Amino acid sequence: MSNLDQLESRSIHILREAYHAFKQLGMLWSIGKDSTVLLWLARKAFYGHVPFPLIHIDTSFKIPEMIRYRDRLVAEWGLTLIYGENRRALDEGRTFPDGATDRVTCCRLLKTEALTNTLSGEWTRYRYDHATGKYQPDPNREPFTGIIAGVRADEEGSRSKERYFSPRSVENLWDVGDQPPEFWNQFKTEFAPGTHVRIHPLLDWTELNVWEYIERERIPTVALYYDQGDGTRYRSLGCGPCTHAIASTSRSPADIIVELGSGKLRNVAERSGRAQDKEDGGGLETLRREGYM
Amino acid sequence: MTTTGSVPLTLSTAPLPHYPAAERLSLVVVGHVDHGKSTIIGRLLADTGSLPEGKLEQIRELCARTARPFEYAFLLDALKDERAQGITIDSARVFFTSARRTYVIIDAPGHIEFLKNMVSGAARAEAAFLVIDAREGIQENSRRHGYLMGMLGIRQVGVLINKMDLVGYDQRTYQELVQEFSGFLAQAGVTPAGFIPVSGANGDNLTRRSTVMDWYSGPTALEMLDGFRPEASLVEKPFRMPVQDVYKFTAQGDDRRIIAGTVESGQLAVGDTVVFHPSGKRGRVRTIEGFNRPGLRRARAGSATGFTLEEQIYISRGEVAAREGQPAPRAAKRVAVSLFWLGRQPLVTGRDYILKLGSARVRARLESVERVIDASDLQLTEHKSRVDRHDVADCVLRLKTPVAVDLVDHLAGTSRFVLLDDYEISGGGIVRAVLADGVAAEQVTSRPVGSGAVVWLTGLSGAGKSTIAERVCAELRDRGIKVEHLDGDGVREVFPTGFTREERHDHNRHIAFLASRLEHHGVVVVASFVSPYRESRAYARSIANRFMEVHVATPLEECERRDVKGLYARARRGELSRFTGIDDPYEAPLDAEITIDTRQVSVEEASRQILEWVRGNQT
Ligand SMILES: Nc1nc2c(ncn2[C@@H]2O[C@H](COP(=O)(O)OP(=O)(O)O)[C@@H](O)[C@H]2O)c(=O)[nH]1
Repeated sequence: MSNLDQLESRSIHILREAYHAFKQLGMLWSIGKDSTVLLWLARKAFYGHVPFPLIHIDTSFKIPEMIRYRDRLVAEWGLTLIYGENRRALDEGRTFPDGATDRVTCCRLLKTEALTNTLSGEWTRYRYDHATGKYQPDPNREPFTGIIAGVRADEEGSRSKERYFSPRSVENLWDVGDQPPEFWNQFKTEFAPGTHVRIHPLLDWTELNVWEYIERERIPTVALYYDQGDGTRYRSLGCGPCTHAIASTSRSPADIIVELGSGKLRNVAERSGRAQDKEDGGGLETLRREGYM
Repeated sequence: MTTTGSVPLTLSTAPLPHYPAAERLSLVVVGHVDHGKSTIIGRLLADTGSLPEGKLEQIRELCARTARPFEYAFLLDALKDERAQGITIDSARVFFTSARRTYVIIDAPGHIEFLKNMVSGAARAEAAFLVIDAREGIQENSRRHGYLMGMLGIRQVGVLINKMDLVGYDQRTYQELVQEFSGFLAQAGVTPAGFIPVSGANGDNLTRRSTVMDWYSGPTALEMLDGFRPEASLVEKPFRMPVQDVYKFTAQGDDRRIIAGTVESGQLAVGDTVVFHPSGKRGRVRTIEGFNRPGLRRARAGSATGFTLEEQIYISRGEVAAREGQPAPRAAKRVAVSLFWLGRQPLVTGRDYILKLGSARVRARLESVERVIDASDLQLTEHKSRVDRHDVADCVLRLKTPVAVDLVDHLAGTSRFVLLDDYEISGGGIVRAVLADGVAAEQVTSRPVGSGAVVWLTGLSGAGKSTIAERVCAELRDRGIKVEHLDGDGVREVFPTGFTREERHDHNRHIAFLASRLEHHGVVVVASFVSPYRESRAYARSIANRFMEVHVATPLEECERRDVKGLYARARRGELSRFTGIDDPYEAPLDAEITIDTRQVSVEEASRQILEWVRGNQT
């Protein structure tokens, strides 16, 4: 078995365990390459079906192409998509682009808070209606108990501490020091009422693996990852105001694989184009403990 | 202790280098706290040039600025938490590369409180380095980790005697430690790949040969690693796939009923007959399913797969799919196990736990504690009725409903289980033996390893059982193994008995009992009996420890054609009644370890297959 085959099988195994264990299961889809690979793996695990909703957190600052690409796949692949947002913060202009907060606070409001309240069902969820192609408020407000996310251990330090099944407390907090043991393909899938579990099928994948897999499986990805002729592309996708393109002429997954393996990106952090990581030394880890992905 | 307290390292966003997806091997580094695990890992990263550019200089600078001595261990202490406590708290994943392959290195914390993190990390590893501080010598966790490596199934273990610089690179100190620790490991059932004297601080014998320890001529740590093999493929082993789920997604007119799971061992092909355990249901594989891979013919060990059957049978999660004609797993309700306990509350009798093995999940109780192993000196504590946190113990567990298991010596993957206390995974273990009711664990587990077995040949009269049995016995005797041949005709001569169903069954039960007692004393028993009833053979299997059913499946026509003893002719003439195959039924085995049709297989070949099994089961 090749390394990619091993990674794929392990991820599928985890997805199937999650599907069996959690009634209220959802998968976060940021539209980025990692969670799109995850979506692809779900289609593999369940033979073309995705038997749980995809959840997207819309900060309203996402690059418009990302939303178009999202809706196209949802329609084409017959996916159940739900999105959530922090309506109040947006209405009140409490965001970094509005000049009202710093980047980390903006992330906390538009992403972490929106995510927690969407998962819990406290704030309105919008569901894609395949008949009309429009989003409608979703009457289902059941809290999600299992959330699948495309976190990879090699992204940055705090993520390398995750488990495949990582419980979060009632308050959504992550106790890094006291996590359940995981061995022999047995995971923590039973839990006390009130807690929920984050499931990370991509934990062992590297950025390079992700691109190799996209290339091998011909997974459709958003064009922002590729140079469209101006010598720049995005390596990691976030909100427009906080994500910067990098100088690169890679036009395809194959180019990116070469660029990553031997080229100039070899020793540059993947999230170096993400400004919120740099705001303070442990910014991202603090965000993550509170529920950020 | 690594005192990184207030060094303001911003490693939390440090990238890890990327490598081409060449061969990979996962390595765990274990040992007592402060014996130098992180230092050695830091060194391996730095000396193989696997760190991000400028990282090493950046840390050296920071250390200089804050007037702290530089530590290689800082490279790993990437989390604030760790920096605050100065101890590694989890199995971080880092990579380094040698000329030969990429290593995924799992830094497992040595602090006892983090044993569950150590286990989580180590269980994924294909190889381990166990680090011992030359000056402090063997400590509690050196032993505990050594013992756990064996239980977790890590076969390639190297022992690094570290901090040789602190003992003046003294050969005697090194040799004494080697002697003491090899003795311990032997007791724990672990055979190390070797010992290496190293200095994490100075880099001696890690990636480069030490210039000061010229008395050591073995490999460096990196050379030893490069000599390790990726885990042997399990494709050649019997097929096992714990059923994870049965999918029937009706959307878009999909009417497939797919039995999904990950293949633990062996392989499966379209057309194979699968037997589900413990239910015993069976079916023929119609298709192997793959989402974007039409026309798959085969699924192999390691792959997350799914298949459909010709028959519509009801299967559910928790069963194990095996292949007809291969050794079958055993349905167990009572098992002798070795386990380690991580729970805050001790493992006690009279309390319900959940046992998870493969995809099965069943209520379980601790029936008895055979012995608890005190890791501080590996003394056996026989008189303890519970298993405390961080203990390692041999126990007997009773399960509410039967679960299909393999024994660890046969097929480790499907012998491993975890125990849940409340919602928490609180322990893990391996099944050593399946116990029938009323059989004490020590009767089967304290046997000298690698001795007895029961080889049970069943088949029609004249099928060739005795001939094959004699051949097997002769070969075993030649190898100096104690054997006993129990043969139908021979036993009937001494103890004549009738041929009613009851009489035959009783007769077989007596033989089975005798065989199991002989087996217990280290004898390989070869029993050749028509034994026409499944019930009798199932009984023989249940009381033996290592049992092999050989179906000598020469068809009736052929036996009758040969009619060596003229019995078929007499039965046809009505001179014999209740003759198996003529006027008494023969219930063919459903899960024989081996099936032999003597029209196609020679006596030599048959006996070779049986011997291979007997040897394969000798650990
Ligand atoms: N002199 C010397 N000190 C060492 C050596 N290896 C590790 N140390 C020191 O031992 C202490 C503990 O090492 P560390 O790697 O943090 O141990 P861990 O707890 O096993 O990861 C640190 O202060 C290291 O500098 C060595 O080979 N020689």
